[in-house]
Amino acid sequence: MTAQLKRVPVAAFDPLAARADFEILSRTVYGKPLVYLDSAASAQKPRQVLDAMREFASSDYANVHRGVHYLSAVATERYEVARENVRRFLNAGQADEIVFTHGGTEAINLVAHSYVAPRIQPGDEIVLSVMEHHSNIVPWHFLRERYGAVLRWIDVNDDGSLDVDRVDAAIGPKTKLVAIAHMSNVLGTITPLKDVVARAHAKGVPVLADGCQGVVHLSVDVQGLDADFYAFTGHKLYGPTGIGVLYGKRALLKSMRPFNGGGEMIQEVSRERVTYAPPPARFEAGTPPIIEAVGLAAAIDYLSGLDRKAVAAHEDDLLRYATDQVKELNWVRMIGEAKNKGAILSFETDDMHAHDVATILDREGVAVRAGHHCAQPLMERFGVASTTRASFALYNTREEVDVFVAALKKARAILG
Amino acid sequence: MDQGLRELYQEVILDHSRHPRRFGALQEATHTGEGYNPLCGDRVKIYLALDAENRIQDIAFEGKGCAISQASASMMTDMLVGRTVEQAEQLMSGFLHLVKGEDTNGLAPEDREQLEVMGGISEFPMRVKCATLPWHTMKSALEGGETAKTE
Ligand SMILES: Cc1ncc(COP(=O)(O)O)c(C=O)c1O
Repeated sequence: MTAQLKRVPVAAFDPLAARADFEILSRTVYGKPLVYLDSAASAQKPRQVLDAMREFASSDYANVHRGVHYLSAVATERYEVARENVRRFLNAGQADEIVFTHGGTEAINLVAHSYVAPRIQPGDEIVLSVMEHHSNIVPWHFLRERYGAVLRWIDVNDDGSLDVDRVDAAIGPKTKLVAIAHMSNVLGTITPLKDVVARAHAKGVPVLADGCQGVVHLSVDVQGLDADFYAFTGHKLYGPTGIGVLYGKRALLKSMRPFNGGGEMIQEVSRERVTYAPPPARFEAGTPPIIEAVGLAAAIDYLSGLDRKAVAAHEDDLLRYATDQVKELNWVRMIGEAKNKGAILSFETDDMHAHDVATILDREGVAVRAGHHCAQPLMERFGVASTTRASFALYNTREEVDVFVAALKKARAILG
Repeated sequence: MDQGLRELYQEVILDHSRHPRRFGALQEATHTGEGYNPLCGDRVKIYLALDAENRIQDIAFEGKGCAISQASASMMTDMLVGRTVEQAEQLMSGFLHLVKGEDTNGLAPEDREQLEVMGGISEFPMRVKCATLPWHTMKSALEGGETAKTE
């Protein structure tokens, strides 16, 4: 009963064919064709994902792990198949190492609460990079505020790249965790995660990777990386909102206290005491995002049905094509030019504020993000209050990049 | 060009944002207020010098922000000098109506004429907060200085 697409091996990737799967891309805004360059904030959803959710909800839906009735069994099966699907996608060893959460943010908070917090003595350290998203910063600030943890920041180079030696230097005897993005949502930098993990493990320190961006553009192999925790969110992966994933090594998950309390996460509850279910149920209190899990599985099927290498090459082409054009504008300063980077282009413009630029682009139908991108320590690092960010997904085209660049020049003409 | 954009980025507004009037700190300020827009990270600081009759003797602002917030701060400070606190609050209330595209009957005709250029913002709901930040900050300065937020 799994909603898997057949894995047809395809030699290459045709973005125009893929576009046809994303109905929203044919709409207009202000009478102009939509050019959606904000997929790093949230990606659009293909028909296959929406159909899978609709079909599931209209034919096989019930609560999971609860009823003895037919539909509950069917829905439970679908939910667990989705988990298996995620396991395969991340190449995790066991399906019970996959915890469904309500988003990437919740996955990280789960690690902070259930794994790190009980191990913190005042003065213990969390190592993190300055390019983290606020969701991989604020949970650690909580530990600082509540338990006296110390945040040790790893700087990035001026081009946005991250030296693994700096990670090494930041890890000390009091380090309890290294928390680091697989790919930056502002700079696009892809971090040397495997090396980071190796260095951290050499000192006995576990690593949490924030894969919210990385999982979209890279083929992730959590066993190959040897990451202890890997968190990602569904909606940036062409899946629905309201669902995320925490991969955790089985031994670590088993050693962790629960996160939220409620139904499903218990073994037994009496008036006097409570015992907890083993992972992953221990961390999935309450009714989980069931329809969303089916949607996420469909998104993974969708991606797996494509030649992901070819998709990555296409995104890379868009990034390079856009970067070359934008760099010709002498009033633009690129932020983030690491050699190893994903399809995100952030920049600052002379005498033009990012919000004004984004407003003018918007009227041309071009959706970009302007602001601090939930990465204020990074903004501070580069001495800017905000940047404009164009992010590319599998469904974008070179023609759209041209529209974007023309709109940028128009913004210059109006504001410059 | 898009009519809405033409109205939003009128020459008057761009001129205010490029050459803000009353930009800088005020040594003899009796009141200050700080404003912050968490959406974009923009900041503004307002300095007010009130005289014994609660009249705004002098006013200045500092900050970094988009063309809209800078122009709004510049126009606001320009218009507020010499007014009483009560008049300032009246003007603010009229301005808030204006940028939301509401009735501006509360504004004196000459004020309405001057502020009219900011009216285009009502077509850009995501940007209204940029225009109102300096005004909220001015109000918080008058009320004793907690950081004004647009959210
Ligand atoms: C790098 C990174 N980490 C974490 C998140 C948080 O994901 P979510 O908002 O879906 O929980 C995001 C996106 O917002 C992100 O880009």
